[in-house]
Amino acid sequence: MITVTHYIVLSAILFTLGVVGVLIRRNAIVVFMCIELMLNAVNLSFVAFAHYLHSMNGQLFVFFTMTVAAAEAAVGLAIIVAVFRNKETVNIDDINIMKW
Amino acid sequence: MVEHSMLNLVALILLFPILGTAVNGLVGKRLKKETVSYIACGSVGLSFFTATLVFSGLLLLPPHERLFEKQLFSWIESGSFKAAAGLQVDPLSILLTLIITGIGLLIHIYSIGYMHEDKGYHRYFCYLNLFTFSMLLLVLGNNFLLMFIGWEAVGLCSYLLIGFWFEKKSASDAAKKAFIVNRVGDFGFALGIMLIFLTFHTIDYTEVFHAASQGNFPVGSFTITMITLLLFVGATGKSAQIPLYTWLPDAMEGPTPVSALIHAATMVTAGVYMIARCNVLYMLSPLTMTVVASIGAATALFAASIGLVQNDIKRVLAYSTVSQLGYMFLACGVGAFTAGVFHLVTHAFFKALLFLGSGSVIHALSGEMDVRKMGGLRHHIPVTYKTFLIGTVAIAGIPPFAGFFSKDEILLESLTYGNLIYWSVAAVASLFTAFYMFRLLFLTFHGKSRVEHHVMEHLHESPKNMTIPLIVLAGLSSIGGFLGIPGAHVMSTFLSPVFSASGHTKVSGAEISVHHGEGNPYLMMVVSTAIALTGIFIAYQMYIKKPELPKKLAERFRFIYRVLLNKYYVDEIYTALFVNPTRKIAVFFWKCVDIQIIDGSVNGIARSIGWFSSNLRYLQTGYVRNYAFYIVVGCIFIIVLAALGK
Amino acid sequence: MEAYLFYIMAAVAVVSAVYLIFEKNPVYSILYLVMILISIAVLYLLLGAQFIAAVQIIVYAGAIMVLFLFVVMLLNLSAKEELKDALSFQKIPAIVMGIVLLSAIGIILRSKIPLGKQGEYTSAYVHDVGNTQLIGKLLFTKYLLPFEITSILLFIAAIGAIILAKRK
Repeated sequence: MITVTHYIVLSAILFTLGVVGVLIRRNAIVVFMCIELMLNAVNLSFVAFAHYLHSMNGQLFVFFTMTVAAAEAAVGLAIIVAVFRNKETVNIDDINIMKW
Repeated sequence: MVEHSMLNLVALILLFPILGTAVNGLVGKRLKKETVSYIACGSVGLSFFTATLVFSGLLLLPPHERLFEKQLFSWIESGSFKAAAGLQVDPLSILLTLIITGIGLLIHIYSIGYMHEDKGYHRYFCYLNLFTFSMLLLVLGNNFLLMFIGWEAVGLCSYLLIGFWFEKKSASDAAKKAFIVNRVGDFGFALGIMLIFLTFHTIDYTEVFHAASQGNFPVGSFTITMITLLLFVGATGKSAQIPLYTWLPDAMEGPTPVSALIHAATMVTAGVYMIARCNVLYMLSPLTMTVVASIGAATALFAASIGLVQNDIKRVLAYSTVSQLGYMFLACGVGAFTAGVFHLVTHAFFKALLFLGSGSVIHALSGEMDVRKMGGLRHHIPVTYKTFLIGTVAIAGIPPFAGFFSKDEILLESLTYGNLIYWSVAAVASLFTAFYMFRLLFLTFHGKSRVEHHVMEHLHESPKNMTIPLIVLAGLSSIGGFLGIPGAHVMSTFLSPVFSASGHTKVSGAEISVHHGEGNPYLMMVVSTAIALTGIFIAYQMYIKKPELPKKLAERFRFIYRVLLNKYYVDEIYTALFVNPTRKIAVFFWKCVDIQIIDGSVNGIARSIGWFSSNLRYLQTGYVRNYAFYIVVGCIFIIVLAALGK
Repeated sequence: MEAYLFYIMAAVAVVSAVYLIFEKNPVYSILYLVMILISIAVLYLLLGAQFIAAVQIIVYAGAIMVLFLFVVMLLNLSAKEELKDALSFQKIPAIVMGIVLLSAIGIILRSKIPLGKQGEYTSAYVHDVGNTQLIGKLLFTKYLLPFEITSILLFIAAIGAIILAKRK
């Protein structure tokens, strides 16, 4: 029998992998994808909880999260394009002007 | 009930001067000089008018009911400590109020002429009005705290006005000296008030004096002695008695009308007022009374002796003021409060007159104050001469001028209630007074002119608005003494409700004849007149008949002359004993404690934080992933805490 | 059957995620991400969320991922991997942190998950009315205001993207 715990564990694993990806990858687009992965992990737990609690709220939240993700993807990719146009790179380690 | 509606006006007496201060202080710069003077004089004039109304309201009441308190608002309430802002009208306070507003008005008018050229015109009148307000607060307040506020505020005004010409170093130094010396006295005064609160649990005059007169405190009780001594310390500062008198002669750096109003007629008498107000307490402490009388007598003689040889016209008057204040304290010290207050009143008249007269002389001579550069002025400035003469005669104690009666009464009382030492000291001081005042008169107005040539060309009598106050004051100095003429006792009868509570003070003329065993008032009159005439005769011999005599005497008694001329070197002694050590301690605190320890620790903390942050900033790498890592570490820390908490 | 499907899809998702973060070529990374998204969509179906599953496939795996692919192609990043690694020292701590995070979550999960009140939307009820109908009804009643706000959000995102990407 698959319980909610199974889904939460899977969600935690995917989320952690996303975190690790954000921390170790330097390609801005891949970092972005890892963020999407983290969002999906959270969405999964939402839906799982919603299912086991007989509630619809979780599914609606996922709907809204997707909207945010879409908006974020549009703006984020536009930023990457703009940065690439200026610096000829999408390596986020080359973009370190935000410091002392 | 008409008298009560009149008495209720008392708050207006205070309101007018403070309004004048506000207007002149805030917008005086943009007003015309004329407007400024109208506002200043008008406010004091209205105040004087109100005071006369209140006075007549008080007179309408039967004598034993002449105590009116008007509560304005509840001021401070903290636990058991309560202080209400209230005004008290009784014979003593209304008498002082009349003098402050009346003489204040005359001096305000005089100042219009005297200060006409000054660029700080509105500032001057602003301070002067503020002073009037503060002094009125001092005498009209119905509790010790209000008196203290007034006491401090007049000190502030005195500081501001002594240092009115602050561009001059000597003026600003004198202002600082006055302020600091007064602080010493005020310290004692404040402690005295605190002790009163601790002892009586209230600071209202009525309640304190009522409690004190109930006999709960035996005569000579330690607490009362401490209270009265501490209050007297305040009085020595404000009223320039030994040992805190040194500021008053230096205070002459201020404009002359200020010297007349503050440093002769009103503020310096605050100490006398305070002791008269607290007569119930003082009568309970014979020790303090002895101290007050001794200090008063000593100051009277001491200051008079310095006055003998001074050459600055205003300084002579200043030492004379110190000496006369000594008289007042002597009177209070022997329990003759009425005599002290009476002398306060007459002294206010003739000393204001003398100061204003000297101001007129200085004005005529374009600022010259050295009597050695005067002489023969009586034909050039006749009005000033005549009024100055009246003032001099009044202070010297020639009947029937004002000073005679009051001084005579003090001499009589000091013999009746005091002892022969007090009397003889006062008599010698009186001789000195007559001598130095006439010396001043002769040097200034008689003999050959020693005025410098270019000054001579500008020699002129003062304008009307300066001479009219002189004439009014001369009139008052001439007839003021009849308030206390033996037999009539207008003054003592009027003041008796204030002093009746305390012991052996005489209430009417009938009692005086019962009490005095030693002094016959009429014999005393003859004696004191003779003393005054002797002083005048010596002065006449030395400065008119044989002008070369003073120089010879100075040569002959060189040592005494030098000591007197240098005012017994008291200033030098104070400098060596108090000022220099204090300065050394201050330098130590500045150089070692302040710069090294306090500044050092503050700067050290700042520097170490700066060093720490300049290293810490390398944490801010600018790499997004790095920042993300910190966020994750933080999140994980929280999650681990949550996990461990399970 | 349901359990098998869960384990298969979970395995696919986790393996794809591992490949996603260690794959050098971003184009492959995108394909792995698509794999993850699809497997999660299957899990949504298992959880009875058909509408969300469909949206996941259409919007996420379809539109957004194509957008990603588009950008990668446009910038011609396919084979190049990053040259400069300023934070190589962060790799090991990052993985350690991942492990710590997982174990912490595991510890939390071992104690009972505090499940809230049971709602009224039982599987049978949802099955009767229809998942999509229910979501639509809720969106236009209870969640009307957030729904409208998301429209503004998307609108602003579109404007922002246009302004950012526009050639000056």
